Amino acid sequence: MPVAVVSVVGLRKTYGSTVAVDGVSFEVGAGEVFGIVGPNGAGKTTTVECLEGLRVPDEGVVRVLGLDPQRQGDALRERMGAQLQESALPARIRVGEAMALFASFYSRPLPHGALLDELGLTDRDRVAWGALSGGQRQRLAIALALVGDPDLIFFDELTSGLDPQARHATWDLVRGVRDRGKTIVLTTHFMEEAERLCDRVMIIDQGRVVALDAPANLVRSLGAEQRVTFTVETADDDILAALRALATVTRVERSGDAIIVHGEPDRSLAPILEVLNGAGVAFHDLHTEQASLEDVFLALTGRQIRDAPP
Amino acid sequence: MTTLTQTNRGLVPLMVVQMKLFLREPVATFFTIAFAPLLLLLFGAIYGNEPQEVFGGRGSMDVTVPGYIGIVIVTVAMIGIPIQTATNRELGVLRRYRVTPLRPLTYLIADVAAYFLMTLTGTVLLIVVGAVAFGTRPVGSIPAVLAGFTISALSFFALGYLLASLAPTARVAQTVGMVLAYPMMFLSGASLPLELLPPGLRHVTDFIPLTYVVKLLRGLWFDAPWASLRLDVIVLSAILIIATALSARFFRWQ
Repeated sequence: MPVAVVSVVGLRKTYGSTVAVDGVSFEVGAGEVFGIVGPNGAGKTTTVECLEGLRVPDEGVVRVLGLDPQRQGDALRERMGAQLQESALPARIRVGEAMALFASFYSRPLPHGALLDELGLTDRDRVAWGALSGGQRQRLAIALALVGDPDLIFFDELTSGLDPQARHATWDLVRGVRDRGKTIVLTTHFMEEAERLCDRVMIIDQGRVVALDAPANLVRSLGAEQRVTFTVETADDDILAALRALATVTRVERSGDAIIVHGEPDRSLAPILEVLNGAGVAFHDLHTEQASLEDVFLALTGRQIRDAPP
Repeated sequence: MTTLTQTNRGLVPLMVVQMKLFLREPVATFFTIAFAPLLLLLFGAIYGNEPQEVFGGRGSMDVTVPGYIGIVIVTVAMIGIPIQTATNRELGVLRRYRVTPLRPLTYLIADVAAYFLMTLTGTVLLIVVGAVAFGTRPVGSIPAVLAGFTISALSFFALGYLLASLAPTARVAQTVGMVLAYPMMFLSGASLPLELLPPGLRHVTDFIPLTYVVKLLRGLWFDAPWASLRLDVIVLSAILIIATALSARFFRWQ
């Protein structure tokens, strides 16, 4: 069992009469990409800010890199990097200046020129923060989080407000950070983001943990069916019958040229293809659809993540 | 030794960045560096610098230069520092620094040093313009004037950080700072020599903190002994200590 990079037991934090985090416990292992997901206001940011030392927990034990963020914050901040939600830089600071400045805070900073290069910001070196696009700001935020060569990095709603293209580009950058062997704790309210990036996700809702596992396990735990959809030129009833007869298939629908086969996740596709090939049926547009973390959230809370109260 | 290195880490780079950022704000730069010298040139052109009885045989510009140093100080302290500090808090800049190894004290020292150097630059420019245009020169020693400038600037900076700490938003900090700064400039002898104020108004000046800056600087400028300026030094020191203590208590990083 590897040593936990983050260990949280019974974390609780209230603001006045509002309970933001209500008894959250989890561990994050070395090299893991750990996602804290949930709707806005679920307590994700509060949890992360307790780990970063920005907030003092009301109850619970928090250890980050084996350190107490409140009492050993100086030692912790030397070894962690963070991108904060809703945190700006001075509008007129230039990209290169910000990098050099943040590098000067750490005892063993990375060469910041190379880092800017890696994040595709070299040509932005002399551009002021206020003149950067949203995607460029997030790339700079990643660079600033990395410049101290930390063991652990926090990303809080890294891709909020980005267009889909910039979001996908940012995901690639996060994978790059992971490939450097860093441990990452990220929060997001995009289920797709969590599914694509995280080794494990903790779904929280109204300050409580509702699920914690690998995304694939969470989806599988729903027992949801996989849908295999394709279109055929001519589909006779024999083919449909043959598909229905498959052990892993539960249901077959037909809608015009399209055939939709419902069955067990992962195990349905090969037998379906065998039937089609065996009968010499030409098919196209074949794709599979699986339950997603969105469905997991819906199943666990009875609400769509987008409808969740802010 | 390790502790010392860690505390200092980032100090000079942050100070340099803060100064660059300051100089990139045209309005702040104008009011800190160019405003007082321009004002001096304007009023010097109107009034000249002939010796006058009301100023004890000194010229109008002779007494104006040390007073205008007070304008430079109060502008930076009550307008520049509160707005910039509250804005950095509002934007989350201070929070971002808080999750780095940069020590809070290091941030404040770098910030104070940057503002001090900007204020000093404005002051030196003012003195040079006065000397070149009107032949005004300090009678007292330069180190004494510099010492008086330092205690004046630091005590007013402390007031500025206190205002930034107490103001809920940058907007409030700006409004309150201006409401405090402008009357102070006129009721302290900074912009208008005290000798020219009506006698009834002169009692009010005793309650204006900037008055003690102007009295101290004018005194040292004209070589008055420190002993005669004891009250001014005591008041400014008290402001420095109390405002620093209150700022330390109420300063918010987020």
